[in-house]
Amino acid sequence: MSTKADSAAREEVVLKGIPASQGIAIGPVFLIHKMDPVIEERSILPEEVGREISRLEQAIARSHKELRKILDFAEKKLSDDKIKIFEAQLMILEDSVLFDSIYGRIRNELKNAEFVVHDEIGKYHRVMLASKDEYTRERAHDVEDVRNRILRNLQEQKLISRLEGSSVIVSYNLTAADALILSRNEVLGYATDIGGVTSHTALVSRALKIPAVVGLRNVSHVVHDADRVILDGYAGRLILNPSAESIKRYEAKRERYHEFEARLAGLRDLPAETLDGRRVDLSANVEFEQELEFIKIQGADGIGLYRSEYLLVGKEVFPSEEEQFEHYKVLAETMYPKRVIIRTFDVGGDKVMMEPVREGNPFLGWRGIRVMLDKPDIFIEQLRAILRASTKKNVSVMFPMISTIEEVRHAKKFLEEAKHQLRNEGVPYDPRIKVGVMIEVPSAAVMAEDMAEEVTFLSVGTNDLIQYLLAVDRGNDIVSDLYQEFHPAVIRFLRRIVERGKKKNAWVGMCGEMAGDPLATILLLGLGLDEFSVVPNVLPEIKKIIRSVKYKEAQRITKRVLTMQTAGEVRTYLKKVMKKKFPDIPID
Amino acid sequence: MSSCMIQREVVVKNRAGLHTRPAASLVKLAAKFKSDFFIDKDGFEINGKSIIGVMTLAAEQGSKLALRFTGEDEEQAATAVCELIERGFDEA
Repeated sequence: MSTKADSAAREEVVLKGIPASQGIAIGPVFLIHKMDPVIEERSILPEEVGREISRLEQAIARSHKELRKILDFAEKKLSDDKIKIFEAQLMILEDSVLFDSIYGRIRNELKNAEFVVHDEIGKYHRVMLASKDEYTRERAHDVEDVRNRILRNLQEQKLISRLEGSSVIVSYNLTAADALILSRNEVLGYATDIGGVTSHTALVSRALKIPAVVGLRNVSHVVHDADRVILDGYAGRLILNPSAESIKRYEAKRERYHEFEARLAGLRDLPAETLDGRRVDLSANVEFEQELEFIKIQGADGIGLYRSEYLLVGKEVFPSEEEQFEHYKVLAETMYPKRVIIRTFDVGGDKVMMEPVREGNPFLGWRGIRVMLDKPDIFIEQLRAILRASTKKNVSVMFPMISTIEEVRHAKKFLEEAKHQLRNEGVPYDPRIKVGVMIEVPSAAVMAEDMAEEVTFLSVGTNDLIQYLLAVDRGNDIVSDLYQEFHPAVIRFLRRIVERGKKKNAWVGMCGEMAGDPLATILLLGLGLDEFSVVPNVLPEIKKIIRSVKYKEAQRITKRVLTMQTAGEVRTYLKKVMKKKFPDIPID
Repeated sequence: MSSCMIQREVVVKNRAGLHTRPAASLVKLAAKFKSDFFIDKDGFEINGKSIIGVMTLAAEQGSKLALRFTGEDEEQAATAVCELIERGFDEA
């Protein structure tokens, strides 16, 4: 046996996924196989029917007990919306019509319980999976989950909820129940093949503050039990068989994040200001209220992007005005006197969608402001809720996915209508609430000057802008290399947006991922950006960079970058600059 | 079997349609009556007393449903169920 030599010889493999919950985990893998249970079709004798039925009754009772336990646990840890998932599963277990027909089939067809359960529930599962209603398709997973729970109990398999030692859980997918149950053990992190930022795994792991990377495609086939891995919940990576050097690097990265947090006491109350006195706003992108405390610790100048569509996650309907108002009020009050920019629901594309629409090309389809302008009632309700939360005058409203001036005017009309309604009702709001638009469609970028005449600020959403400008779907592995933040066209385009926007006295910010890339900070500063809105965890790092350079110097560097012709040149140059100025900030 | 049978047509009014919670109220209400209760949507029929069945319907806002009640208290069952759907499941 030379396992040690083997693992030393194994090569390091880096898998890319979607960062779902922040943090770095280093440890052994605990692999959970969640394949469809293997079901045997077996005929039984009439005298065996009684035994078969009592076996099934016991399995249902055990499943019921398990689910009750999960529900109790969930009620303590999760919000109402997520609890509903388990309630629905319990109700299915109590569906007497369903189980009467299952018992009936066991008696009449003389088949084993496993087969009949699998077949009968499978019928519903298939219909739901084929539904055009996204919500129903999601619920199909709950149906499958219940079925597998009963089958597992029929086969008397033990629930895997106890781990030996602390591990990184790797699985094809984790249901909310799995993630929750497993979290009672020493879970270092979660890594799954499928799922997005709004998957059950992502939601639960964020709530539990455990690092998670989802959408790793085939991670559950690539890794084995007890393999050593590094899970990077910041960058969305899993490193299999990490070299000693990588482990060291990631331990340092983890350490660095911890240190930053500690060192922040000093940096926190200092402005994001260059050595020669150019002050920018360094604010945070926020999805959940739970992050507010963290971003305050991080010393943010406010919220540059509140993604209101996260209120829709796990919801069946758009939340009421009252419910939204409660959320927005918390944001405004917690951050006061700092600014909070609330982006109206940005649904569609790869984001939450409340109703089923099949589109050939959702990224070029019904999304963002296009959806809201088609749903006046819902849009007005949201605008009213935002306005009502604006009484302290620190709330701004921002419209996503703008591609024409008409859309801006149309959206502003709705805002006026909402104000008018509130005024008539005698409800207070900030009559001078500031309005901004996202610049994420090239047409809006070209029209930046005209856009700026309509609003107070422009905020560049680089993720979509780059996709649309370069015609690259960054989720598509075949072409994702062509998604280049530092493509000279992107940089020149950004310069144009900033220049044209400022010409009309709008301030110009950026809330896309590029704003939080330390390699881009000096360049963006030099372009004249007024505001950076970034994911909270990079905030101190970006602030440190801004505070360590002169604006003049940044402008000089940017001028040079603007003459370059390839993304490679730009990156190499910026890396050189960073290495010289900030040897302690590792750049990927 | 009596020849009696009540058929009603309703339109789902509430925003969420027959999603989890409305589906649960519907099934719970139907269970209070002895009559059989079936729901047909676009030719696909399920037992209205089965939560998994109702979930399968994926009846969104605006869906037309044909309801069928048979049994001794079919009159009362039909009235109660139709009222619940008409009221939009008492959703806010």
